[in-house]
Amino acid sequence: MARATAVVATPADGPLTRLLGAAARQRELSLVVILVAMIGLVALQAPQILSSDNLTDVSVLAAVIAVAAIGEAMVVITRNVDLSVEATMGLVAFAVAGVLSNGILPIPLAMLFGVGLGLVLGMANGVIVAVFHVPSIVATLGTLSIYRGIDFLIAGGKQVTATQLPAGYTAIARATVLGIPVFVLVAVAIAVGFAAILRMTTFGRSVYAVGSNPEGAAILGIRAGMVTFVVFSICGLLGGIAGVMWGILFGTINATSATGVTLQVIAAVVVGGVNIFGGSGTVIGAALGALFLTFIGNALILVRLSQFWLQALYGLVILIAVALDAVLVRQFQRSVSGRRAP
Amino acid sequence: MVIPIEPAAAQAAGTATGTVPPALAIIGISKQFGATQALTDVGLELRAGEIRALVGENGAGKSTLAKILAGIHQPDSGTLALAGVPTVLRNPTDARAHGIAVVHQEPQLFPDLSVAENVFIGHVPAGQFRTVDWGAMRDGADALFEQLDVPLNGRALVRGLSMADQQLIEIARSLTFEASVLILDEPTASLSAHEVARLFSIVRRLRDRGVAILFVSHRLDEVFELCDQATVLRDGRLVASAPTSELTTADLIRHMVGRAVTLFPRVESPIGDVLLEVSGLSRSGAFEDVSFSVRAGEIVGFAGLVGAGRTEVARVLFGIDQRDAGVVRLGDRDEVFASPSAAMAAGVAYLPEDRHLDGLVLDFSIAHNVTLPILPRLFPRLFVRESTERSVGDGYATRLDVRMTGVDQPASALSGGNQQKVVLAKWLATEPRILILDEPTRGIDIGAKVEVHRIISELAASGLGIILISSDLPEVLAMSDRIIVLHEGRITAEIARADATEESVMYAATAQGGPDPVVTDG
Repeated sequence: MARATAVVATPADGPLTRLLGAAARQRELSLVVILVAMIGLVALQAPQILSSDNLTDVSVLAAVIAVAAIGEAMVVITRNVDLSVEATMGLVAFAVAGVLSNGILPIPLAMLFGVGLGLVLGMANGVIVAVFHVPSIVATLGTLSIYRGIDFLIAGGKQVTATQLPAGYTAIARATVLGIPVFVLVAVAIAVGFAAILRMTTFGRSVYAVGSNPEGAAILGIRAGMVTFVVFSICGLLGGIAGVMWGILFGTINATSATGVTLQVIAAVVVGGVNIFGGSGTVIGAALGALFLTFIGNALILVRLSQFWLQALYGLVILIAVALDAVLVRQFQRSVSGRRAP
Repeated sequence: MVIPIEPAAAQAAGTATGTVPPALAIIGISKQFGATQALTDVGLELRAGEIRALVGENGAGKSTLAKILAGIHQPDSGTLALAGVPTVLRNPTDARAHGIAVVHQEPQLFPDLSVAENVFIGHVPAGQFRTVDWGAMRDGADALFEQLDVPLNGRALVRGLSMADQQLIEIARSLTFEASVLILDEPTASLSAHEVARLFSIVRRLRDRGVAILFVSHRLDEVFELCDQATVLRDGRLVASAPTSELTTADLIRHMVGRAVTLFPRVESPIGDVLLEVSGLSRSGAFEDVSFSVRAGEIVGFAGLVGAGRTEVARVLFGIDQRDAGVVRLGDRDEVFASPSAAMAAGVAYLPEDRHLDGLVLDFSIAHNVTLPILPRLFPRLFVRESTERSVGDGYATRLDVRMTGVDQPASALSGGNQQKVVLAKWLATEPRILILDEPTRGIDIGAKVEVHRIISELAASGLGIILISSDLPEVLAMSDRIIVLHEGRITAEIARADATEESVMYAATAQGGPDPVVTDG
């Protein structure tokens, strides 16, 4: 991250300024530090947080949220937002479960179908935002409702239970390679892949340019509409993958599956250091944000706090992260502007 | 910069005495923005029943003074006296409470509210229980428009009304609170001749009713037509103040431009073949029938007042906006420039007016900013290599002498002058044949300015054709091989370097019919 490493604090800055500056620049690192500290504290009260069963459960759930958060992060970097991600996940999860319970497609093809469905839903979002210039918050609020509505139309009051699904399908959730859950490997692969795309390709550069300065990007000949469309399509694709994972993980799927997940996903993105106003942030940060939030949920259960706190906590975490960002950015700009070159 | 002042003229306003105190007296007002001294010790008086013109070049401090009177800015020193009483205008509401009304160049209205609501905004006629008395409001607005002899409907929405009608709404607003001082800030900038005539008759009627009027303008013909007194600002100082009957257009222009010219290092260079040939270029509402050519190694200056259509021409040449008519020939090909990418590919580069808005990605490092427009060319196989980017960025940044800790430094950490150099570096990286510079030295300090001038000069010497758009007259005069002057979207003069003086350019820019008039319009 050139953005992160470029400015070195001068000796003139106080220790607090330097600490804040470092935190602003190394969001990923500070997130890991806070996460480890939190797990350590909880472990004093509830040592089972460190049991291998618990770590597996948490990391597998975090992987699902992380995959969705990676797509969301890219959308947010372009100054947009995708609120429909939970409906995409729910619809994909149910569609795949339906196809499998009726034996229409074999497991690999059914999963591919689910991912493809997610891509199509994301492309629809992209067309509405990039071609028809509907503000993304409105466009995806609309499709959130539409995709969920389609889910209800197909599902009705029915649900698909784990017993109706092929055993090989639900077993993927517990599958491991070299002791690491497959879900985690998938999430890591996606995170690394998209981090590389954002950092090392011309497309990645244009994603940041569009989010940071849309008018300027247009003057430079960057096709902002195309970038927006592609980013929403990717978000749909990853939403599809996350939806398939959700279906595998929970087994029992109905029309309301994955309701409320958008809040978690956006919280993960914001906590992970992606600027809610676009232009900066990383997908690795977003994935770590998902891990962080999932651990908080897990810790609440282990220290026997009510699950009802969880919803409020996600909201609180978003507010803290954004407020902290505002403070850090101001601090950062002050420290920079104080030492401008002549 | 050393500025000659005519002390006698400068004091004229301050020494006028009378039995009745002036409606508004400005005494020794100074105002500084950062390092820029916008106003220095300005004093003038505005009497009831008098129209005073406030003229000056772009950046002379007219708008700053108008904004101080509107309560938007606070003076650093000096006093305002209203009807003889020293007054502090803390904010626009305060100014209005003291009877000062300002009609801005761009009317500050609420487009989704009705005309009547806009007229009475801020002091809506209230009925019982503080509810809005819609009837009183509409009747009040209708009465005002009748008084002004304007056929405006109080129920109509403001959105979609012409600029002229919107200004009349602001004037009507000033009548609702019995303003004793009316400030018109370049009100005619976007009005047609007919609309100007209507505005003038209304302004005269207000004067006859005893309102003191300050008419900010840079159209000298209007000053003589409408105003009783004229005050000239130059570089933030009052340089002349006299009754218009004692002044001539030549006097005003001399006062407006008469300043010491800073010298720029212009390297003379051989001028080659015609690179760019523009003929009959038009875009409705922006400019009409613009024709000119640019040769290799030549700097063509675009002079004119703000809003004359210079930036609009540049935007069409760079494919941001599309033309309605005309031919653009670059080299030996007719070009359409459907998009900035097309223009860039053909060899046109455009350094925009607002480097923050359009020119830089502040979050990006210097290297990333420089390579942004050429990424597809630099890395045709999609993957970028940081090392290549850094060396390309470093090459251009070093060539332009950007003061930086390294090419990884974010653009946001640079000073204005260095940011401008990064923008220049970025456009040079596209290896253009034609470079359009829109106000390249606005807002940067004098040292950086001289450096930017040196760079521009060297670029021309290397064979680029350069279009230099600038409102800074000494800059245009010193840098350009030829000067094209625009006024209200038309070319009013094309002046060779040898013939160009501040006076001849200013004549054409204010459409006074300069030494080489090509087009005049009513």
